[in-house]
Amino acid sequence: MSPEAKKEKKFALTLPAEELMACGHLACQGCGATLAMRYMLKALGQKTVLCIPACCWAVIDGPYPYSSLDVPIYHCAFETAASTATGVKAGLEATGDTETTVVAWAGDGGTFDIGIQALSGAAERNDDIIYVCYDNEAYMNTGIQRSSATPYGAWTTTTPVKHFKNRPKKDIVAILAAHRIPYIATASVSHPEDFVKKMKKAKDIRGTRFFHVYAPCPTGWKSRPEDTIKLARMAVQNGYFPLYEIEDGEKTTVNLKLKERKPVEDFLRLQGRFRHLKPAEVAAVQAEVDARWERLMRSCAG
Amino acid sequence: MRPRKAKKIVFKSAEEMPLMICSVGHQTHNLTGAWRNIRPEIDLERCIKCGICWKFCPEPSIDVVDEWPVIDYDYCKGCGICAEECPTKCIAMVEERK
Ligand SMILES: Cc1ncc(C[n+]2csc(CCOP(=O)(O)OP(=O)(O)O)c2C)c(N)n1
Ligand code: SF4
Ligand code: SF4
Ligand SMILES: [Mg+2]
Repeated sequence: MSPEAKKEKKFALTLPAEELMACGHLACQGCGATLAMRYMLKALGQKTVLCIPACCWAVIDGPYPYSSLDVPIYHCAFETAASTATGVKAGLEATGDTETTVVAWAGDGGTFDIGIQALSGAAERNDDIIYVCYDNEAYMNTGIQRSSATPYGAWTTTTPVKHFKNRPKKDIVAILAAHRIPYIATASVSHPEDFVKKMKKAKDIRGTRFFHVYAPCPTGWKSRPEDTIKLARMAVQNGYFPLYEIEDGEKTTVNLKLKERKPVEDFLRLQGRFRHLKPAEVAAVQAEVDARWERLMRSCAG
Repeated sequence: MRPRKAKKIVFKSAEEMPLMICSVGHQTHNLTGAWRNIRPEIDLERCIKCGICWKFCPEPSIDVVDEWPVIDYDYCKGCGICAEECPTKCIAMVEERK
């Protein structure tokens, strides 16, 4: 391209330009959860209220009286993201505001573990909220303790190398699907266009909507900060974290079809938390990923 | 461009604080560029304006100025994602001196 033609060329924006997250926030270098928030707000816009329980995001946003986000945030107790969002939604409706989107935004610990009771309650009532779980696969804010979202084989401070986690990750999406809520989607920070598209779709649906967002954490995964997007992309492409949506607990659609899946080993080797794994254990991870993928394919088939 | 570099607000007494729990604005006085060990430098000669660096910056400290990517070094934490993801590899991470 000639320099003149390039000068004329527009800068390509594949996401909405509106920026509701400001610089100066406190996230670590290369934080995936931060990108997840940036993309979600691009999709939902300013008429949004967030309910954030204890998690990294309760800190990233900044100490009182500052906030790095241009939307109201209700900081709530660790186990209450969903019930707080339900209450905020009811309050807004009582004032006649039916438009504002109310989002519960919690980590994997706040969702898979301590917050699951409130989440299940909201889902069973089909309360009109969007629940987003950004999954960094451990309790990162308090120093990398295992959660039920921590995958098989991973090191954390409570699953040290000699006793690494030997149980698979809990299938939170299947749990939510069993509640027959109108919309469930998985998303990854490596595929923001897909995330924004599904978030916009969810915004127009009424009832409980659930997002499971894959958000690499360089600090907790012992990975290089520049590899955040690469790791998230690898997880999508090798079937470790497939991108799909489930409507009404029944209709499953895979958003990114994979002709061939790459082996998970390259993905594991980029992360210090899996460094100790021996070939047999890597094979066990691969077998688990394969089985999960088969299950997903079967549920799509009908 | 977004408004930037808000002043730090200091309440001198309890009376000065707002009665309601509410935010007074961004904490853009917190210049996170100080965290950086390595600095991304874009070679605009080789940039194809694909927007990928802008899309993946977690701060976000890459602005679009006159249709070109411009890094705001007051906030860039030097994570290196932009350099890693740039398809033409026109962003170099160079050691920060000082
Ligand atoms: C009832 C209660 N128990 C424990 C804590 C301490 N605590 C704060 S954040 C956190 C971990 C959150 O983990 P997760 O939800 O995965 O979010 P992340 O920090 O990984 O983003 C814990 C245990 C708390 N705030 N409240
Ligand atoms: S990713 Fe590289 S080529 Fe694309 S706009 Fe940014 S600097 Fe230019
Ligand atoms: S190094 Fe990281 S923080 Fe700095 S501009 Fe690139 S992506 Fe943004
Ligand atoms: Mg977590």
